[in-house]
Amino acid sequence: MLSLSCGIHKVGNGLSRVMCILEPCVTKLGVTGVTASHRRYVTSLNPSHGLTEEQTAIHQLATDFAAKEMLPNMALWDEKELFPVDTMRAAAALGFGAIYASEEYGGTGLSRLDASIIFEALSKGCTSTTAYISIHNMCAWMIDHFGNASQKEQWIPQLAAMEKFASYCLTEPGAGSDAASLSTAAKRDGADLVLNGSKAFISGGGDTDVYLVMCRTGGPGPKGISCVLVEKGTPGLNFGKKERKVGWNSQPTRMVIFEDCRIPATNILGSEGQGFSIAMKGLNGGRINIASCSLGAAQASLEAAVDYVKVRKQFSKPLASFQNTQFRLAEMGTEVVASRLLVRNAARALQDDHPDTVPLCSMAKYFVTERCFQVINEALQLHGGYGYLKDYPVQQYLRDSRVHMILEGTNEVMRLLIARHILSEWK
Amino acid sequence: MSLRVLVGVKRVIDYAVKIRVRPDKLGVVTDGVKHSMNPFDEIAIEEAVRLKEKKIAKEVVAVSCGPTQAQETIRTALAMGADRGIHVEIPAKEVERLEPIHVAKIMAKLVELEKADLVVLGKQAIDDDANATAQMTAALLDWPQATFASKIEKTDGELTVVREIDGGLESIKVKLPAVISADLRLNEPRYATLPNIMKAKKKKIAKMKASDLGVDTTPHYDVVEVNEPPVREAGIKVENVDTLVEKLKEGGLV
Repeated sequence: MLSLSCGIHKVGNGLSRVMCILEPCVTKLGVTGVTASHRRYVTSLNPSHGLTEEQTAIHQLATDFAAKEMLPNMALWDEKELFPVDTMRAAAALGFGAIYASEEYGGTGLSRLDASIIFEALSKGCTSTTAYISIHNMCAWMIDHFGNASQKEQWIPQLAAMEKFASYCLTEPGAGSDAASLSTAAKRDGADLVLNGSKAFISGGGDTDVYLVMCRTGGPGPKGISCVLVEKGTPGLNFGKKERKVGWNSQPTRMVIFEDCRIPATNILGSEGQGFSIAMKGLNGGRINIASCSLGAAQASLEAAVDYVKVRKQFSKPLASFQNTQFRLAEMGTEVVASRLLVRNAARALQDDHPDTVPLCSMAKYFVTERCFQVINEALQLHGGYGYLKDYPVQQYLRDSRVHMILEGTNEVMRLLIARHILSEWK
Repeated sequence: MSLRVLVGVKRVIDYAVKIRVRPDKLGVVTDGVKHSMNPFDEIAIEEAVRLKEKKIAKEVVAVSCGPTQAQETIRTALAMGADRGIHVEIPAKEVERLEPIHVAKIMAKLVELEKADLVVLGKQAIDDDANATAQMTAALLDWPQATFASKIEKTDGELTVVREIDGGLESIKVKLPAVISADLRLNEPRYATLPNIMKAKKKKIAKMKASDLGVDTTPHYDVVEVNEPPVREAGIKVENVDTLVEKLKEGGLV
């Protein structure tokens, strides 16, 4: 049979389809008789359920962008370790650069829940790149929330458009979970601060333009820490070698080294001694964002696994007909819905400044990053040997989401924060 | 030249969905299935918005004939840059039976009420593949039509339109007012931006019924049966070109 010209395929009685060659597998999870009113309140396997009309449009935009602009490049960016500046700028042009920074200086002015929906959707296209975009967003918000008018005027428009990129510098070689013990020092010298010390594992480090650096301006402990802005090109700002990582390869990670790095004291964000609080408030949102990235990766992996087990046959039957496969998928689906509920709930708590915000964000972060990693791991197993090949995306979602259990506060620290809250309630 | 442009946008089953025929074999399953704007209508909206940006058009009005959810489709058009919307509400049960002639009559009436100067439609919808609404609308209005447009240029009081036809490309001039139908290569539709999605919430969508426009939506034909396409059978391998030509001749294909 001679084939039809590429472009339009005729399928079925009068139903034509414009076929995209690199179209990802689309499964119809959650396709039942769902009425419009159910969609408004119920969270389900379909991430677009439980959303308002505006959120539905936002979700659709992020999903389309991820499918067309990110997914076809995901493997390449990982293999070649490319920082996809152009694609991120295209995302920023749509408003994804400073999603929850206020509109006053050029942010998009959306809510934490909107941001969660966006990052979940973008993660299906490339989890690593989306994670960096979320870090950039966190930095933009910190400047927007704590900065003075001149700092906001200078940075927000550029960060919103991703003309300039940002990095968050808290962790040091000697200070990880014990972040408050950081030792990068910022000594007063006239109208300047002189920085000495080094930061470790900085996402974007060396390629980004502005660094939000938590440094010690005062005495020991959290109260002696300030947050300062350091621009790339400042003398004394140096970078270590690019780290070779298991995942997150579409973003460079480097040590950031300060050697008598001189900045004007007006680069302090907020007030002196406020730095640790600023860092932690930034991370509350960052934790929701990272959890959302894990969720998107898990959703993509689950959908890929469902498609695969329907097609792959062994012992003359599709894998989907075996009870074990069905039970695994059931468990995976349940974990995904539970994760979605927890993350969206935490986003609402943060937005509304709920008193339980910190424990709720911590719960969402540890639960979702852990459970979703397991979902992705199961999805890889369901693919059998093929799951281990880089021809299939599940291994990349796995490698990219593994680090989510470690950064933005280890899941162990998350447990500490939750326990502290629980134990304090009954005082 | 400051045109008011009417653009039709249809809510159809999303192109990526695996279609299933309903058990009653009179249609396809639409309940709970993902729907989106007809891709050719996205191209139509994009072109109208570009005309506005070039200051050739002054207002873009998005029109959709469909159930309540058609408003989502209109909102997408608003987020892409249309100024306001008109929703002609068709009850969910009747949507499947709505025919191009009905839509064309509705569009013609709206053109009259809105004093529109240009109508841009997608060349066809991906559910029924009718490819008739633009042509019928032009006929009802006694306006010139430029269908399968792959390029539109304004020249004085006219539009020069390049059409994609079987033999290649045809360039025609149409006087305004006119009806255009958009083909695939006319443009690449923009993504809505987040700020535009937020602004779209505030744009107005007027609601009305077909009867308000004096249009009777009684169907003119009945669907007898809907079937899946025959299952694709395996082909055969041939040894050489001569055998290939022989087989093609046997099958009456050359």
